[in-house]
Amino acid sequence: MAHSVTTRTRASSFAAIAALALIALGIALPGFASRGVIQDGFFILTMLVLAQFWNLLAGYGGLVSVGQQAFVGLGAYGLFGAVILWRIDPVPALALSGLFALVVAIPTAFFAFRLAGAYFAIGTWVVAEVVRLSVAQWKALGGGTGTSLPRDAQETMTGVALIEQMFGVRTAAAQDILAYWLALALAVATIGGIYLLLRSKAGLALAAVRDNAEAARAVGVDAGRLKWLVFLTSAFGTGIAGGLIYLQKGRISPDAAFSVTDWTAYVIFIVVIGGIGTIEGPIIGVLVFFALQTLFADYGSSYLMALGLIGIAIMLFAPQGLWGLFSARTGIQLFPIRRRLIQTDRQE
Amino acid sequence: MNWLDTIVQGILLGGLYALFAAGLSLVFGIMRLVNLAHGDLIVLAAYLVLVLTSALGLNPFLAALIAAPIMFGAGWVLQRVVLNRVLGADILPPLLVTFGLSVVIQNALQQGFSADSRRIGAGALETASVDLGPVTVGVMPVLTFASAVAVILALNALFYRTALGRAFRATSDDPATARLMGIRPQAVFAQATGIAMIVVTIAALYLGTRANFDPSIGPARLIYAFEAVIIGGLGSLWGTLAGGVIIGVAQTLGAAVNPEWQILSGHVAFLLVLLVRPRGLFPRAYD
Repeated sequence: MAHSVTTRTRASSFAAIAALALIALGIALPGFASRGVIQDGFFILTMLVLAQFWNLLAGYGGLVSVGQQAFVGLGAYGLFGAVILWRIDPVPALALSGLFALVVAIPTAFFAFRLAGAYFAIGTWVVAEVVRLSVAQWKALGGGTGTSLPRDAQETMTGVALIEQMFGVRTAAAQDILAYWLALALAVATIGGIYLLLRSKAGLALAAVRDNAEAARAVGVDAGRLKWLVFLTSAFGTGIAGGLIYLQKGRISPDAAFSVTDWTAYVIFIVVIGGIGTIEGPIIGVLVFFALQTLFADYGSSYLMALGLIGIAIMLFAPQGLWGLFSARTGIQLFPIRRRLIQTDRQE
Repeated sequence: MNWLDTIVQGILLGGLYALFAAGLSLVFGIMRLVNLAHGDLIVLAAYLVLVLTSALGLNPFLAALIAAPIMFGAGWVLQRVVLNRVLGADILPPLLVTFGLSVVIQNALQQGFSADSRRIGAGALETASVDLGPVTVGVMPVLTFASAVAVILALNALFYRTALGRAFRATSDDPATARLMGIRPQAVFAQATGIAMIVVTIAALYLGTRANFDPSIGPARLIYAFEAVIIGGLGSLWGTLAGGVIIGVAQTLGAAVNPEWQILSGHVAFLLVLLVRPRGLFPRAYD
């Protein structure tokens, strides 16, 4: 009997086609959508990227970090440093955002990996605080009060002039469109990259470690190396997202760029509400989060309270999140990573 | 600059951090639960004491005496209704639930009391000081440190001299066997969290009388408390006091060099200890 191993399902084939159509729609969006929609799209896409990387850490790598704001802030400050001090064009400088976060992630991992479980969570938080307080001493970038990107650097960055001509819009709107496209590219690359990683041998090893660390080690999985891989990948991606978020904002301060609420608490709620340990979860979560924020953000602190209560309720009664509930009922997986054995020459 | 004075102030500040940490250490030692809302619970208790002092015109110490059983009850219910459900081999659910709780408490306080900073008035005690020759120390800092020592003595007595303490230790070592001996871990955990909340109330009393507080300062207190617990080593309450003192001294020394370095030098001291002794200075329990 011949067999083959596949992860593909009918739902996933359909999802792949739908995803391509969605990406095409996403690229074309600035042609017909208002500036407000583009800005909302940018927010959704960047939060999605942060959520996917936190999910990779916590949901797949078992590394519950409460310090991802360190890498958002480092990416943002890396970008501002490169643009303000070295006069680099902001778009290529985004790569430096990722590198800047990566460089700090290496010693961070060295510290944090000495701590297991809950210790790790707070250890990463302390590192993020140390980074925030240190960056606040960086006087060239405004110290504790922060600074702005030079207007001319934003106006002359790669692609802005082209977009102005293409859509016949003002410079500020063209900047938003450029940031939106970059966010779209980053989100597609993130989801695609994480999906490929999880389907690879490393992904299989990751799932094995998550399900049973001892058994995985017994069959020769090097859990330590995987942790490094996941942590550094997440830091790099989170750094680029941070750079992009602050490229769009144009103004930075240590308290905002290293905010634990904005860059870690929200992200955790997105992943938990959507469904931790799945690629679909953060996508659902970010849509729910955006809907809640659009409807209730005016209520300020009651909105945050409600968000916290929803997070607690989900963790207590549906720890697999909204996508997990749906997936368990229907068996549908849009990004299947489970390897299934298929008999290819079945004779009736 | 007077180095001796700086170090003494740091040691006394460490007493406050040890008070923040003692409740956390207790809960973590018994049920391996890291309560990310610990700092916010301290702030919540501070508001409770504040309300009691301003509404009833009570002395803050008396108000704390009334607040303590209320906080015990709140902790007991919290553990029974919420936290017991998420305890288990997976550390993610308790972390996320307490993180959610932290956000809920912060925003509920902000709604109830606004973001303005408050202070619990302690009358003449606030400014009273004692001249000890080379150094002058405030009465409140000394009282804080003495309370930290008293809390640790009391907790140690509870742990090693009482039936409840025996149940705590048994459940901490091996919940399954403890259950066979007729101990209900769920009930033991609820009592432990209740007692931790009494310690939280004592910490809140000094937090509120010594400095201004507002609804957003909880997470920073949690970090100091956690650093003290890790520096001290898991399961050792005296270690927690030592950890608090190390953070306190590092902070006052840092602040003496440059006021902007106060918090940063505390964190750096923590990271240095971690680098040299990853299990803390006086580890007792293994997890």
